[in-house]
Parts: sequence; C-alpha cells; structure tokens
Amino acid sequence: MNLSRIKDIKIIALSIVGFAIIQLLLTENIIGSFWELNIILIGINIIMSVSLNLINGYTGQFSLGHAGFMAVGAYVSAILTVKFQMPFLVGLIGGAAGAGTLGFLIGLPTLRLQGDYLAIATLGLGEIIRICILNISYVGGASGFMGIPRYTNFAWTFFIVLFSIFFIKNFVNSSHGRACIAIRENEIAAEAMGVDTTKYKVMAFTIGAAFAGVAGGLFAHYFYIAHPASFTFMASFNYLTMVVMGGLGSITGSIVGAVILTFISAALASWPEFRMIIYSLALILLMFYRPQGLFGNIELTDLKIFKRFKGGRK
Amino acid sequence: MDFSSFSEQLIQQLINGVSLGSIYALIALGYTMVYGIIKLINFAHGDIYMVGAYIGFFATSMLHLPVLPALIISMVVTGLLGMLIERLAYRPLRHAPKVSVLITAIGVSLFLEYTSMFFVSPQPRTFPNVMESVTYHMGPFVVNSQQILILVITTILMVILTYIVQKTKIGKAMRAVSFDTETAQLMGIDANRVISITFGIGSALAAAGGVLVGVYYNSIDPLMGIMPGLKAFIAAVLGGIGIIPGAMAGGVILGVIESLVSGFLSSTFRDAAAFAILILVLLFKPSGLFGKNTREKV
Repeated sequence: MNLSRIKDIKIIALSIVGFAIIQLLLTENIIGSFWELNIILIGINIIMSVSLNLINGYTGQFSLGHAGFMAVGAYVSAILTVKFQMPFLVGLIGGAAGAGTLGFLIGLPTLRLQGDYLAIATLGLGEIIRICILNISYVGGASGFMGIPRYTNFAWTFFIVLFSIFFIKNFVNSSHGRACIAIRENEIAAEAMGVDTTKYKVMAFTIGAAFAGVAGGLFAHYFYIAHPASFTFMASFNYLTMVVMGGLGSITGSIVGAVILTFISAALASWPEFRMIIYSLALILLMFYRPQGLFGNIELTDLKIFKRFKGGRK
Repeated sequence: MDFSSFSEQLIQQLINGVSLGSIYALIALGYTMVYGIIKLINFAHGDIYMVGAYIGFFATSMLHLPVLPALIISMVVTGLLGMLIERLAYRPLRHAPKVSVLITAIGVSLFLEYTSMFFVSPQPRTFPNVMESVTYHMGPFVVNSQQILILVITTILMVILTYIVQKTKIGKAMRAVSFDTETAQLMGIDANRVISITFGIGSALAAAGGVLVGVYYNSIDPLMGIMPGLKAFIAAVLGGIGIIPGAMAGGVILGVIESLVSGFLSSTFRDAAAFAILILVLLFKPSGLFGKNTREKV
C-alpha cells in the first residue's frame, strides 16, 4: 500500500471519529436544532463548493451557473421520491444523473467559450433552467415543489460529503485531473501536448454538475420544499465566494470557505442586510490582499505540521 | 386572430420594444465602452443604473425638481460614483489576473445593492409623477408621453456620445487607449485618466437610463439593476462588445425581441429568451452583429 492510501485511511478513520462525536452530541440534544440545520447546510455547501472548485479552480473554467444544476438535482430527486415513491438513495442518484446529463449537454457547446464569456453564458443557462422550472406546473411552478419528505439527516449528509470530497480528490490526483490542471495553466499548451481539452473540460463540468445535483437532492429533502427562488444566480455567487475565499484549486480551502461562510450567515441570521455587505466587502478585500484565497492551492495535509504527525484530518 | 389585429399588435409591441430597448442601449453603452477599454465585464454597471434611479428619485421627490434637472443631477453624481468605483476597486487590480477583477466586480455589485438596501430599505419606492402622462392615439396605435421622452432623451444622449467619441480630443484618446493601451501611453496619453473618464461617461448614461425607467414604470427598488444589467450586457454582446453603434443597435433589438416574446408567447419566458439570444450569439457569432472576426493568437 502506498503512502497516500495510508494517509487516506487515516483521514477517513479520523473523520468517522469526528462523525461519531457530532452524532452523539446531536442525539443527546446538546447541539440544538438551529445548529443542526446549519451543520447540514455546511455539508451541502461543502459539496457545492468542492464540486464548483473542480470546474472553476482545477479546470479553470469560470462557471456561474452552479445553482442551476443544484435545482435540477433537487427537483429530479424530489420527483423520484414523491411522485414515484422511490427510496432516497435512488432519488439522489437520479438527481445526480439528471444534473450530470444536463451539465454534459450544456457543457459540450458552451465550454468552447472562454473567461468572461463562459461566465456570462453559464449564468444565463442557470437562469434559463430556473425560469423553465418556474413554468412547469407538474413540479409546482412558481410556488415550489411542496410535500417532500425529510429524509436528509446528519448521517446521510456526512457520508455523502465524505464521498464527494474523496471522489473529487482522487479525480484531481488522477491522470484526468492532471489533464484538467494542464488546461487551467495553459489551454493552448495543453492541447499541443496532446490533451483532449474539450473532453476533459466537459468531463470536469459533468462531474461538478452531478455533485451539485446530489447537493440539491439533500437540500430538497431537508427543507421539505424545492423552490425556484433558492437557486438564483445569487446562490451561484454565494458558492463562488466560498470557493474563491478558500482558494481556487484547494479542496481544503473549499471546505473551510463553506464552513466559514455558512457560520457567518448563521451568526448574522438576524441581520441579513449586513451579511451581504460583509460578504461583498470580504470578496473585494480578498481580491486585493490575497487573490489566491486563504489556502491558495495548498491542502491542509500538505502543511509541515501535518507531515510531522504523519496523518491528519481532511 | 385575423391579420389586421395581428399586425396592429405587432406594431404596438414594436413601439413598446423600442422604448424598452433604448434603455437597454443606454446601459449597454457603459458596458461596451468599459469592456472596449480595459476588457472588464463591469458586473456593477447594473447597480450603478439603480443608484442613478434613486438619485433621480430623491431629486424629484425631495427637492421637487422637474424631470430634466433631476436627470442631469443624477447623471453627474452617478458619473462621479462610477469614477470613484474605478479608482478604488478596479485601478489597484489593473495588472491582476482577469478572474480577480471579475470577482471584484461581482463584489462591488453586491456591495452597491446591499448598501443601498440598507440605506433606502428594500421596499420598492413609487417614483413621483414628474410629468403628466398623455396618451397619443395614432390611428390604432398608442404612444404615451413617457415613451416619447425616453426616445428623445436617448437619441440626444447618443448623438452627444457619438460627438464626444468621434470629434473631441478625449474621444480620440479613448479610441487610442482601447486600440492599444501601451502605445497610447507612449504617445503621451494618460491612460488612467482616460479610463476614469470612460467609467464616468458610462455611469452617467446608465444613470439616465435609471431615471427614465423610474419615470416609465413608476417603481424602483435596490435590486432593480440586476436584470437590466444582465440584459444590457446581452445587448452589448449582441451588437459586438466594444463597439458603440453595436451597443445601441443591440439594445433596441433585444428590447423588441423581449416585447414580442412577452406579447405573443408569455411574459414569464421574456428573461429566458434574452439569455437564449446571448448563448446563440456567443456560440455562432461571438464577435457580435457588428464585430469583425479576430483570430486567436498564441
């Protein structure tokens, strides 16, 4: 077994210990329902930011339509569990498949665009998805899809988060991931070296979209409702802020970004207008003083202190 | 629907579309000028338009000014605000990667939206009735005085803008900087000053759009800039980003298409139609209707 496998196993073991502690605190009601909600939101936001990081950070394709894929996942999974009485897992897989398929279909033509144009086109597509959902009366139209059972709990969220993080980490460390990073660094040079740029860009986009779909499924089955207003491009900006804050190209960064921003918005829940002012100022100041984000492209496990302990958390 | 009533409705929607579209054109001009000169999609531009509408609102409701002085005050103040934003937020990042500047622009946009929401409350405000609404019947068609005001003011502003860009010294400098910033600087042009003035002019035009929308729809709110901002960007891309006549034409075309979609299909698909146009343009003619094709160089 090579070193990175051993490190993975240690991280998984440690996170399961962490899971057991939080689960115990939850069942003993030491953590109240307000913070339970926020812990689950953190989990969903981690899936969103890590999957967005795969597209924006590792592949360098600036997407602003991530909330649209989350919406597709939320609605598809809700249709499967509510209208077809499927089990939750099937709903989540269906949501991922739906969002992934749409990501593939959208990515194929639009990923030819670059930079600002891609950003605006994905933003537009996210809005088109939302407006289309708004006009489908089968899923409740503008009033939202109601009556979704609450299947999401801490255990589901935790293990899906763990799965997403490891899936994306292993993807990034594979030859596919290296191709994606090569595209980010210089698309023309990557193409000249024989990287099929379209294939890898679409692959990263599809995987990112599929995980956004899973996050959407968890979201809908926690809040009993899937509403088009939850998936506007403001939500996409929110996930982008998490990724940029943590560092484009760092999974640890995305996790930390999701945790910090969810905590900030929970703490400022009574003053939502301040929350957004603080968000925007943080975003501007971050670009001034630390444009690479909190972690840059470094992982927590790369830091010296963790090398000394030969292991460490995710 | 028989043919004559169909064509009547068509022409009526065209009239509505042109007045909506000329407002898009006013905002699109700011986008296209800024993009032409520093290659930045200024996401905050739609919010500058919102600020312009609010300044017009306060000038008419608190100072009881008629519409024209309010329009001019709003244009001047908002123009200065645009220059200030450029100075504080974009100039320090002049040589930073494009993505950083794009994210800063998103940050500025959110900042303007939520700071104004904090100061003027999120509730929509009713724009005071600054001019009596007269409805003119020209045969079967209906044109109201607000639509005429929009068309007249937009035309005047566009003529002035064309004059500035084509005939004056600063206009020449703007064209030079947009063509090649470094060479322009070597020729003794102060590029920072030119960029600052470009932001000022663009923001003033957006403010004019904001005041006119306030007069036309009678309702303004702190998030009113998001959708028109995006639409104006679409208009700029449609006409060919960086090209001033393109932005004017793109705005009017987009307005007309939107009016036709909401008139003949359903108003809920209006925004989707605009985004669909954007994606089609980007996929098939990314340089826009008026643009020349440029080849990618290594």
